[in-house]
Amino acid sequence: MKQLVFASLAGACFGAGLALSGMTNPALVLAFLTLNASWNPTLIVVMGSAVVVSTAGFAYARRRAAPLADTEFHEPQAKQIDVRLLVGSAVFGVGWGLSGYCPGPAFVGAASLDYRALAFLAAFIIGLMLFELTLGRSAAARTAAAPVSSDG
Amino acid sequence: MTNALVGGALIGLAAALLFLSTGRIAGISGIASVALRRARTSIWAWGFLLGLMTGGVVAHRLLGHVPVQDLGNIPLTPLLIGGVLVGFGTRLGSGCTSGHGVCGLARFSPRSLVATITFLAVGMLVATTSAAAGFWS
Repeated sequence: MKQLVFASLAGACFGAGLALSGMTNPALVLAFLTLNASWNPTLIVVMGSAVVVSTAGFAYARRRAAPLADTEFHEPQAKQIDVRLLVGSAVFGVGWGLSGYCPGPAFVGAASLDYRALAFLAAFIIGLMLFELTLGRSAAARTAAAPVSSDG
Repeated sequence: MTNALVGGALIGLAAALLFLSTGRIAGISGIASVALRRARTSIWAWGFLLGLMTGGVVAHRLLGHVPVQDLGNIPLTPLLIGGVLVGFGTRLGSGCTSGHGVCGLARFSPRSLVATITFLAVGMLVATTSAAAGFWS
């Protein structure tokens, strides 16, 4: 229950940050990703600000033995820079560059009933399921004994 | 730029709060796939996503603007192809803009640094090429 409350609060704060920064607007994201005369640096300013604040937050949290509402931290354990990481990130980059949407803004846009965000989010969920049914299954079999590892 | 800085700080604060309270990484693609598993242990993920949508919609109301402005006439095709690729790619690469680009960098993860540079570079290449070639106009 405590986890649900904290996670909901964190989600609300995340959504408000996306809205205030303008990152819920894919046109602004594409204006950053498109290198031309009207290039717009907003995205990197938002990301930089978020990284600075969360770096301080993670450093503070790590001084504790356990999180406030769980018995242990669930930090990603993977260390290896492998083909999956590189290909997956590149495939994500292609989809991001085509649409201007990444998952967070798509959820906010869909909740605002924007048909473009709804279309993207539906396709995004199909993509998640396609992975689970194909490469995700083989990965799960390979690491059956180990906990599911993910960076985020 | 003030909105970008404060908005970014709120995103960073949210990531820090989720980690401090639940020990989880605020990566939206990862959280979405946890929510899809529909296990009893994934209730926190549903809470986060509902909060994300509520917080975003309420903030837009208070700010008096809508999420999608001046998008022009982006047709559905790149949104649908893009959506499938983002869903598949973020799972294969274990993260997206939030999981790798914010939380990963904040944790000094070399994997996340490589992932972030990769999707930024590829995203720029694809967006710039699409715009120059007039793919969607």
